Amino acid sequence: MTKAFLSGNEAFAEGVRLARPQVISIYPITPQTTVVERLSEMVENSSLKSELIHVESEHSALSCAIGASAMGARTFTATSSQGLLYMAECLHYASGGRFPIVMMNANRSTALPWNIYGDQRDSLSQLDCGWIQVYVEDAQESLDMALQGYHIAESPLVSTPVMVNLDGFVLTHTYETVEIPNQTDADRFLPPFQTKNKMSLDNPKNLAFSVGPDNNMEFKYLQHKAMLDSKRIIEETDKKFAEIFGRGYGGLTQGYRLEDADYILITLGSITGLCREVVDELRQNGEMVGLLKIRFLRPFPDEDLAAALGSVKAIGVLEKDISFGYEGTVYTNVNSVIAKNGLRLETYNFIAGLGGRDISRENIRAMFRHLQTGGQHVNFIGLGVSIDE
Amino acid sequence: MSKQITAKTITDSEFFYGHKACAGCGGSLAVRIALKVLGEGAISVLPAGCMSAVGFNYPHLCFSNNSIISTFAGTASMLTGVEAGARAVGIKNFKAVGLAGDGGTADIGIQALSGAIDRNDDILYICYDNEAYMNTGIQKSGLTPFGAKTTTTPSGENIHGNIRPKKNLFEIVAAHNIPYAATASIGDLKDFMNKIEKASKIKGTTYIHVVAPCPIGWGIPVNETIEISRKMIDCGLWYLAEYENGQFKLNRTPRKFSSIKDYLLSQGRFKHLEDADIKILAAQRDAKWTTIRKNWNTTEEEL
Ligand SMILES: Cc1ncc(C[n+]2csc(CCOP(=O)(O)OP(=O)(O)O)c2C)c(N)n1
Ligand code: SF4
Ligand SMILES: [Mg+2]
Repeated sequence: MTKAFLSGNEAFAEGVRLARPQVISIYPITPQTTVVERLSEMVENSSLKSELIHVESEHSALSCAIGASAMGARTFTATSSQGLLYMAECLHYASGGRFPIVMMNANRSTALPWNIYGDQRDSLSQLDCGWIQVYVEDAQESLDMALQGYHIAESPLVSTPVMVNLDGFVLTHTYETVEIPNQTDADRFLPPFQTKNKMSLDNPKNLAFSVGPDNNMEFKYLQHKAMLDSKRIIEETDKKFAEIFGRGYGGLTQGYRLEDADYILITLGSITGLCREVVDELRQNGEMVGLLKIRFLRPFPDEDLAAALGSVKAIGVLEKDISFGYEGTVYTNVNSVIAKNGLRLETYNFIAGLGGRDISRENIRAMFRHLQTGGQHVNFIGLGVSIDE
Repeated sequence: MSKQITAKTITDSEFFYGHKACAGCGGSLAVRIALKVLGEGAISVLPAGCMSAVGFNYPHLCFSNNSIISTFAGTASMLTGVEAGARAVGIKNFKAVGLAGDGGTADIGIQALSGAIDRNDDILYICYDNEAYMNTGIQKSGLTPFGAKTTTTPSGENIHGNIRPKKNLFEIVAAHNIPYAATASIGDLKDFMNKIEKASKIKGTTYIHVVAPCPIGWGIPVNETIEISRKMIDCGLWYLAEYENGQFKLNRTPRKFSSIKDYLLSQGRFKHLEDADIKILAAQRDAKWTTIRKNWNTTEEEL
């Protein structure tokens, strides 16, 4: 183990190096680019032995990764925003074909208007494409989830691609001290990739075929079931990781000061750190507040949420996203858990940080006040134009 | 070329078998022949299009070699991944081969194809050209020739079918300075087979553009696929050529062309053409041949 001062992207690249992917397809887009730059340097200086492929688009980046995965190779690619949307067809292709690719996505706003800063509308708009989606909070978790991502994706029970989301700039370009595991421990955690879902000369296969109405639903059901089964694998992976590296993340969600909490803020990604500080501050004033970080949005942590929210008075979902014409997508998902479990509590949605708008400590305090006083359900935070209520 | 592959020497093994292509389908013949030449080491990538549609219907899978459908635009990019992946896991004696239609190659897949050639990935890309989007029911592609009637270029009083000439994909590919590119036709299988064999032995990206008529889309009897392919070469609307070491070479030099009118009017898709339209096609052909004869290496062999 060594320590280094790394950005989220650089930490992620270190995690990828430790995972020993055999094929990496790369294409630049801000704020993802420094990941593929670091990987290129690693290949150049032989600290990483991979086929590094300079594809000509993100569609090709993922299509290439699918081809390599279909040969049984461990593959990696990374993207962001417009790039993620450009590869949309291949997202469904990779998950439907059950190819356990790991991809990093630097969360960034989507055009129009053009904007390179962070929000989560890119990946949340692709929530239904069949990928496991995890949102990480800091540089260490970025590195660690590169390794955990492969462990989860390649589990024979799962065999589903994993998208690791890092908030653009706030995480991708912010420097922190990170522990870099040594290769021996990484290898102990992540064995070489093995799969039956591949072509080989000894056992020729036809892959990525058509399936008509007679069998199609069965394929789709199995895909869904694998995603549900991945919940267990995600927990087991984190436990195994903690045993080897001495740190874990709690699986699908991570709670903070939930004991006796009446008011809980639900978060995603890098804003969680600041929210935790506000929780500490309010707790000091005797307010019964807590925080629940959703790490995995697919599979959705419905059991965790139902258990955590059983006896609270109100919750707020803070997300950098809006599903135009309705509300935040995470909020919709959380409300479904509450309805299905017959929980009686108030729920609020805080839409914040679109296009990289800052979310301040005072904004978060105001959210907790809103949970206690009640009010409008869907709230835009820090909006510069007035809204008629 | 040293030892030529002929009908006598080609393997009896079949790799594309029991599929649902229409009777007389040129594309399925091109795929069948290509895989017979390449053998069991071929790992084929087929995009959306007629050949994947007729060959991969679970549980009725028709390739006995490793084969995979790619996205429509992703033939070349998936080939790149297959080739790199196969090498990465230690597979030897394989050939990653793309078998894509004209639409999948000249239109939606041209970016990925250009990228693969630019990287000089060690793949063979075969475009079977039936001159339209056949799988979706005969729509105009970038390789549909001038005058052809398709469902999106109908012929009527005002417009006589497709108003644009066929894109020159062979030369577009060659302009990348690719190690090897060739044109072919299922009307000359010996030439096609030996070009595949030659391409498969060359390291780096290789490309073969094979004309493979579709009786449904062209409006010809199902037993005339080969005959029409030959007529197309004889009348000068197609040519057999190679690009290698930066040089174009014509494999057959016709001394005089057979009737272009006969070629055109024997097909339903050109039945509506008037003499003026045919004159345009003949003029385009002649202009092309003038530059070919001027700039390409030609053999003295007669057609
Ligand atoms: C992204 C995308 N766009 C459109 C289609 C629909 N589509 C499937 S096959 C096809 C036509 C294929 O034409 P071509 O490549 O010439 O092959 P052919 O069917 O003629 O053999 C089209 C338009 C698709 N599958 N994917
Ligand atoms: S429609 Fe044409 S190209 Fe498609 S299978 Fe039938 S004959 Fe072949
Ligand atoms: Mg076609």
